[in-house]
Amino acid sequence: MKLPRWFHRFGSPPYVYNLSDAIAPWLGWSALVVIAVGAYWGLFVAPPDFRQGEVYRIIYIHPQTAYVGMMAYTLMAVSAGIGFIWRIKLAHAVGVSAAPIGASFTFCALVTGAIWGRPTWGTYWEWGDPRLMFELLLLFLFLGYLALRAAFDDRDKADRVSAVLAVVGVVNVPIIHYSVEWWNTLHQDPTVSNLSEAPSMDISMLIPFLIMVLGFTLLFYWLLLRRLQAEIIERERGTRWLRDLANEGAG
Amino acid sequence: MSEIWVMDGNGPYVWVAYGITLAVLIWNAWSARARLRRNLRNLVREPAREEPARQPKVSQL
Repeated sequence: MKLPRWFHRFGSPPYVYNLSDAIAPWLGWSALVVIAVGAYWGLFVAPPDFRQGEVYRIIYIHPQTAYVGMMAYTLMAVSAGIGFIWRIKLAHAVGVSAAPIGASFTFCALVTGAIWGRPTWGTYWEWGDPRLMFELLLLFLFLGYLALRAAFDDRDKADRVSAVLAVVGVVNVPIIHYSVEWWNTLHQDPTVSNLSEAPSMDISMLIPFLIMVLGFTLLFYWLLLRRLQAEIIERERGTRWLRDLANEGAG
Repeated sequence: MSEIWVMDGNGPYVWVAYGITLAVLIWNAWSARARLRRNLRNLVREPAREEPARQPKVSQL
């Protein structure tokens, strides 16, 4: 399948590097402001939950970190697929850049979920709970991807092998999402992501929730672009355009 | 003010969760920027130049 011509610009390292440098500050500052507003709103303005009381306020960080982890893995898998099929090396760079972000956010989701579980379910962790198990698997997939890459000195080989793992593992993402519908689980049903129903959350809580979703999304893409720039420099070391970039800064 | 910290007895759960999340966000931001700056510094140091090189332009955030 032939890709459209404009798409190939995104395979150009100097183009992507410069575009990232232009966009990243906007994403970074926006993320900072949006998360600050959302966190303040969620912690101090939104009313307590009638059932869970104040502990429900973890809802303004836990689903967001889980969602970023799943988004990172999906992006990693799509990038790996593009790199594998169309041999666009920059696509592998995107996957490599997304992996540590996704791993850390997935870890955060597991920990904040465990903390939330103690007062609500009476336990930090439940082995055999589908949502928890598949989320833990997601963390292992991220770590496995990074470990697999580190096992190869040849970057091209590392790209190809890790791409297979990324693509195969992506089936875990929809399983995590639908696990609360397919199996009996301690985890509550989707609050906003079930598009066939209205959100099961009062508007006074829904607004800061969505603000935090936006903030974490902006933050993820800022982190991704900065890591991608660093990755591009490593992969393009010795090229003329990088020497020109360095000389520009020196001049 | 103390009510904000206590949160009807659930304060430790909420604030520890937020603290861990904040730590993860800060680590991510620091490591992404640190790696980029390190690579840019190494880039500048690479081939010998007649004039002393300064760090290439990069946006602040």
